[in-house]
Parts: sequence; C-alpha cells; structure tokens
Amino acid sequence: MSEHELRVSKIRDGTVIDHVEAGQALNVLAILGIDGAEGFGVSVGMNVPSDRLGRKDIVKVEDRELSQSEVDVLSLIAPEATINIVRDFEVVEKNRVTRPEGVTGVLSCPNRNCITNADEPIETRFDVVADGVRCDYCATILRSDIAEHIDV
Amino acid sequence: MRQDHLITATQLSRDDIEAVLDRARAVADDPAAYADRHAGRVLALCFFEPSTRTRMSFDSAAKRLGMNTIDMGDVDSSSVSKGESLSDTVRVIEGYADALVLRHPSEGAATLAGERVDVPVVNAGDGAGQHPSQTLLDLHTIREDHGLDDLTIGIMGDLKYGRTVHSLAAALTEFDANQHFISPESLRLPRSVRFDLHETGAQIREHEELDPIIDELDVLYVTRIQKERFPDENEYHRVAGEYRIDAETLDAAADDLTVMHPLPRVDEIAPDVDDTDHARYFEQAHNGIPVRMALLDTLLENANPDGDEGTEVDR
Repeated sequence: MSEHELRVSKIRDGTVIDHVEAGQALNVLAILGIDGAEGFGVSVGMNVPSDRLGRKDIVKVEDRELSQSEVDVLSLIAPEATINIVRDFEVVEKNRVTRPEGVTGVLSCPNRNCITNADEPIETRFDVVADGVRCDYCATILRSDIAEHIDV
Repeated sequence: MRQDHLITATQLSRDDIEAVLDRARAVADDPAAYADRHAGRVLALCFFEPSTRTRMSFDSAAKRLGMNTIDMGDVDSSSVSKGESLSDTVRVIEGYADALVLRHPSEGAATLAGERVDVPVVNAGDGAGQHPSQTLLDLHTIREDHGLDDLTIGIMGDLKYGRTVHSLAAALTEFDANQHFISPESLRLPRSVRFDLHETGAQIREHEELDPIIDELDVLYVTRIQKERFPDENEYHRVAGEYRIDAETLDAAADDLTVMHPLPRVDEIAPDVDDTDHARYFEQAHNGIPVRMALLDTLLENANPDGDEGTEVDR
C-alpha cells in the first residue's frame, strides 16, 4: 500500500483512470490531449501490479473531467478501465467504460487515400466492429493498431 | 429500391438489385417508353479522375431518358485546381442539377458527397473503393446468361485495388453464388472486403492459379493488373503474364462459360478470345446503358415521389 502511494500519490480533485492495459497510459494521455502544457497535475503509473490484470497502468489527472467521446475511444484501447471521479480526496463516482457503437472525430484513418485525409472539412467517423473499428468513409479496418491513430 | 444515393454495393439488398435489373430489362425491351421520362431534368457528371466509358455511358443513359447533362470537365481546368474542397464543389453543383454522378480518386469521396447534398449521388468509382453501377451492369450481364443463383464465378486479376471487384463480390453475397478469387499473393482481396464477405457467410475460396478451377466456372470475370501497382516493371510483366487468358486457356472451360471484363483491357484477355462464344465484355459494356437508365430512373423517382414524369410506364 505505502509502496503504491509512493508511486502514484492521491489527488484532491480530478479523474483517476484505473485498470488501463499495461503500456497504454501514454496513449490515454494522448486521447485526453494532455501533454503537460495545460498545467494539469498528472501522475502516471505504469506496470503496476494488479490482481485483475497482472500488470496495469494508472493515470491520474487533476482538475479535469472526461468527455463522452474521450471515454469512447478510451474503451477501445483500455476496455477494462475504470474511471473514478475524485472530489476532495474521495471517489464520488466510479464507472467502467463500455464499448460505444462508434467514435467520431478522435481517430485518424490509416488509409492515406481516404477522403478524410484529403483536406476536406470533415470529422472522421468509425464504427466499432467485432475486434476493432472501421472507417465509415473508406471501410478500412483498424485492429490492434488503434492507439497509433489517435488524432487529438 | 428505396435509396437516396448509390454509394456502395454493400447497401443493396437482393430486392434492390432485382428491382433495378428488372427495370433495366424493361428499358432494353422498350426504350422508347422511357425516352422522355425525365425531360427537363439535368444530370451532372463530376469526374475528378479520367474516364471514358463510364462518363459516356451515364451521359448517354441520361439523354435517353430525356435529360440534359452538364459536365465538370477535366479537373485541371476546373475550380478543383484552385484548391476547392469536394464538399464545396458538390454543394455548388447540387444547385445546377437533379442528380450527380461522381468519380473521385479518394476512397469514401462518394460517401462524403452523399452527406453534403440532397440530390441523388451515384458513385462512379471512389479510388480503390467501390463502383456499384458497374456491378449492376455486371449482374445484369450474368443474369441474362446464367441467372444469379446457383452460380460459380471466378474473379481474377487485381483484387486488392479493383473497385469493380469489391462491389461485385459484395453484391453477389445477396445471391447463392460460389466465389473464387484468383490473384497473385500481393493483390489479394483487402481486409475490409474480406471482412464483409465473412460477415455474410459467403462461400469464397482464394487461389493463385486459374487452371485448377476453370472447368467449374459459369463466369470468369477478368480485371486488369496495373503497372503502377508494382515497384518493379519486370515483376509486373511476370505477374501480368501469369494472369492473361487466351482462347487456348478456355479449352478447359465449360462450353457456356461467360468471360467478362469491366474494360479497358490491356492484354489480359487476348484478342482471339473475342471470336469465341465465351466473350461477353462488349455486350457487358453496352448493358451499361439500360442499367444506368434504370438506375437513374429509380433514384430520380425516389427523390421525386410525387411523380411528375411525363410518361406513364407500366412497370
């Protein structure tokens, strides 16, 4: 316990994204558009021992709540994640992510010849399919490489 | 068919396809009955990529329905060369025409156009994506020869980038068709097309050689392997040579095998095949007229449900 707290300290207000698949913490930050310049306090734990996952990542962001589209994409790269809203050091809300039917405007299409990569005034839109997502425009399927195409 | 646009063959049900093909047959039987059906209406031909037969085929089909056509002209001389987006271009042209035929080098372009305008949009080819009006005329050709059920078809050539292949394979899943795909390893069906075929439970098999299965086929659909798909010209010549057919290749085929090609061909079908009873590619191209007339008629009817067509036609 104390070792855990040494790694990732508690926050007063903000969001704790727990049970993130090990190795995905930096992609979670990418989805949230956080690179440190915003001034939020950010703590990242990587490869933390976990009963449920073996190893997991944890991301804590102070003074920041997640939008639905952020949660939607998060669910694709971290399907086991739990999202804890913290106020005054207490967890006031705890939610598991759920797979959405689609994601809009967050991923870029890996097909360079897709119309969404052609300088059009257009938001990308992906349907969630069996084991990945699929571009609504060119039908290209993205599977394990989703995190590489986060465009925020 | 209750559709606003024709963007991809995957949107078409068996009923949609049969309705258009039935209408195409009626058009072919009595073209005069359709001659003034859409008089006063205008079709816009928007080709962002070179095209001869598709553009002329739609132009001819529209005029045979009594329509006028307006043509964007070559991309080099249009506003596109000034940097205008496709979204803006189609929104402007929407005000000039009652329907829009679009060919564009980017996959998904027709989907975007369909979202931006209210008049019917026909996808006449979007990059390596789809070419559904070609599929309708392909199906019409197959249906006239063999019917569309209990069919064994071989689709050969560039299956990766061939948009006519992607559309045809998708549409055939609506029928009882065994599909064989014959191509070099590097030009196999793309993942997205394969995904759709598996989703529908379609019976498909993939091969690198035609010979072992040619005698099983009712239809052989040949497509062009393009030089630009290969980094090395020698490799192109080697591969293209392996997927070339001539009259001798067809000795092993069933007597009633139908050989098709979306055209233009380069040398993947030798000219000596033209003189055999198998060759159907020129009729196939000609079928573009009644099929595209039927398609435009259907889409315009859907877009104008109150029906102000001048001629009553028994359908």
